[in-house]
Amino acid sequence: MHPELHEHGPDEVPHTHPDPGVDPHTPLHPGPRALRIGIGGPVGSGKTALVAALCRALGAELRLAVVTNDIYTTEDADFLLRNGVLPADRIRAVETGCCPHTAIRDDISANLDAVEDLEATLGPLDLVLVESGGDNLTATFSKGLIDQQIFVVDVAGGDKVPRKGGPGVTTADLLVINKTDLAPLVGADLSVMDRDARARRGELPTVFLSLVGDKAATPVADWIRALVAARVPAA
Amino acid sequence: MSLATLLVLADGRLPSGGHAHSGGLEAAVAAGRVREVRDVGGFLRGRLQTTGFVSAAFAASACARTGAFMDLDRGLDARTPSPALRRASRAQGRALVRAGRAMWALPDVGREPHHPVALGVLAAAAGLGPLEAAVAAAHGAVSGPASAAVRLLGLDPYAVHSLLAGLAPEIDRIAADAAARADDPVDALPAAGAPLLDIGAELHATWEVRLFAS
Repeated sequence: MHPELHEHGPDEVPHTHPDPGVDPHTPLHPGPRALRIGIGGPVGSGKTALVAALCRALGAELRLAVVTNDIYTTEDADFLLRNGVLPADRIRAVETGCCPHTAIRDDISANLDAVEDLEATLGPLDLVLVESGGDNLTATFSKGLIDQQIFVVDVAGGDKVPRKGGPGVTTADLLVINKTDLAPLVGADLSVMDRDARARRGELPTVFLSLVGDKAATPVADWIRALVAARVPAA
Repeated sequence: MSLATLLVLADGRLPSGGHAHSGGLEAAVAAGRVREVRDVGGFLRGRLQTTGFVSAAFAASACARTGAFMDLDRGLDARTPSPALRRASRAQGRALVRAGRAMWALPDVGREPHHPVALGVLAAAAGLGPLEAAVAAAHGAVSGPASAAVRLLGLDPYAVHSLLAGLAPEIDRIAADAAARADDPVDALPAAGAPLLDIGAELHATWEVRLFAS
């Protein structure tokens, strides 16, 4: 408790405040909670297809669950179910009231509830993927919700997207430039995107991806494997 | 009592899940009952007199007697015939408790209390009284749907906020009435109902495509 932070007036009902630096929630399970990775990016950049590919690639080796944030109810969750990449009890859909960025950044309560419900019903998990609703280049995840975030852009959105920057491109822990198979069709220059991404992101990693050629999303799955491995001490 | 603390508790930016709920407005819009600013005014007035009044009374009561939260919770179940609205209220109560725990030292209020019960318990933990809890509940009962109206219908936000300003005296009056009954037995607390909100919420819950959780 922090009685030194402020004085309480003589007419106030006595009350106390918890330490703002301490998580007030009791952990659901002993041991580390699941690694939470946010996957954001503009509409149509391939977030849901990437999540599906990651579920196929990692589902057998990690205890995995997914939270989706749709603009329209459960479309993305339904896509994952239809494609049979995860059992229904490992997917939760959060509804976002016209504000997909609010639910992942400003008011993360519904997403935290969904993550906790998954851990409560499934037991300890290694990895929870939180997919944002399709939004714009400014949408990023709150650090109160996720540990690391991936930002997905696609070459069909134009090779100038990395140069435009924005918090997603600039600060995401991993930038995925998706649909590289479309580059010749839309006249996008991957070397320009690579150069601009390096300029914007400094040391932060960027990977190129085509789920047409790489159905297991190998560079992204490997990046996640390394994070999980770094987190869980070898038994 | 700290007025600033009340503002913190009633602020629409409090991260307590409210942004995903329209308070029945999305269903009313789809049914063609709400199209323009004038319709929103009528919707808010009706919601304030029914759900708003009941919420204010239960928030005031939960603030006055936090230990009775389970009885109050059951009392709200009995006043909420729509299962979808019970789920929506509990989801928002849970989110509010999460926010409250980060701000004040809360007593036990259960994992997923109804939203008005959570609001009353938070108000008490924050050093506020039953009247302030009731004002926050009644104000929240209309400010949430008002914000949803701006997003759903693309209405002029100044016009919609003008509605809220016009309702403020009524919000105060309803909150005062509710707070005056904070010590009534749970069964005697207000039980005003809005059947169209109940029916709309049940239909809304079956939609394949919707923007709001309720």
